[in-house]
Amino acid sequence: MTVLANILVVLFISVGVIFIAVAAIGLFRLPDLYTRAHAASKSATLGVMSVLIGVFLHFWLIEDHFNPRILLGILFIFMTGPVGGHIMSRSSYIAGVKPWSGTVRDDLKPEIERMKKEQNVQD
Amino acid sequence: MKTNKLKTNDLILQFTAKIVFFIIFFFSIHIFFAGHYTPGGGFVGGLLTSSAIVLLVIAFDLKTVRKILPINYMYMTATGLIIAVATAAYPIFDGKPFFTHYFDYFDLPLFGKTSLHTAALFDLGVFLVVVGVTMTIIQTIGEDE
Repeated sequence: MTVLANILVVLFISVGVIFIAVAAIGLFRLPDLYTRAHAASKSATLGVMSVLIGVFLHFWLIEDHFNPRILLGILFIFMTGPVGGHIMSRSSYIAGVKPWSGTVRDDLKPEIERMKKEQNVQD
Repeated sequence: MKTNKLKTNDLILQFTAKIVFFIIFFFSIHIFFAGHYTPGGGFVGGLLTSSAIVLLVIAFDLKTVRKILPINYMYMTATGLIIAVATAAYPIFDGKPFFTHYFDYFDLPLFGKTSLHTAALFDLGVFLVVVGVTMTIIQTIGEDE
């Protein structure tokens, strides 16, 4: 039983660490802010959640201590991580950060133009 | 009227803030009551509560938040100080040294046998002072245009 629990714990924590490493590599390799935000908010969120699940299982199955705070942390990160990425990329788009030159489609641009015209905003 | 500030529709942020506010707030209450036996206490709990309110301020507006929580944080700080001093001063009238704390075991209906300690009242004072001071600082800085 302990062996099985240990395998589960090691599996979850290594998957999480691999995801976090992929997020870090993505931050280096990707060309502009939006693709980097995509890498950071998605991959890092999943990685941290996976590590937390591993820690939770370790304390529950091996140390016999049920810690609901870790479950709350998983829920919290699941809710707030993507929203943080969304807010950061949206505010940088509105502040005028240009997307990568290879971008083929920009749906937000006409929308922002329309809002600027409606609210009488000058650049 | 020409402005250079674009007003955007922050639906996602506002909806998330509404839910996350309750998670942070109840977690701060948990931290506050868990302070005697596990890490936590009045200071961390107060900071967490004020950060939950600050999240609402970021997602909405200072005016809206003031309408939601019509609290004068100066009075909150004063109340916290009064509670802390009263807890500390009570043993003097009992012929004991300043800051003596009392505790006893009670049979509460839902919790069973629980130890209640007057240090929790002192911690409540710390909690109110921390929330009051933090929110006063943030409101004062946020208001000046």
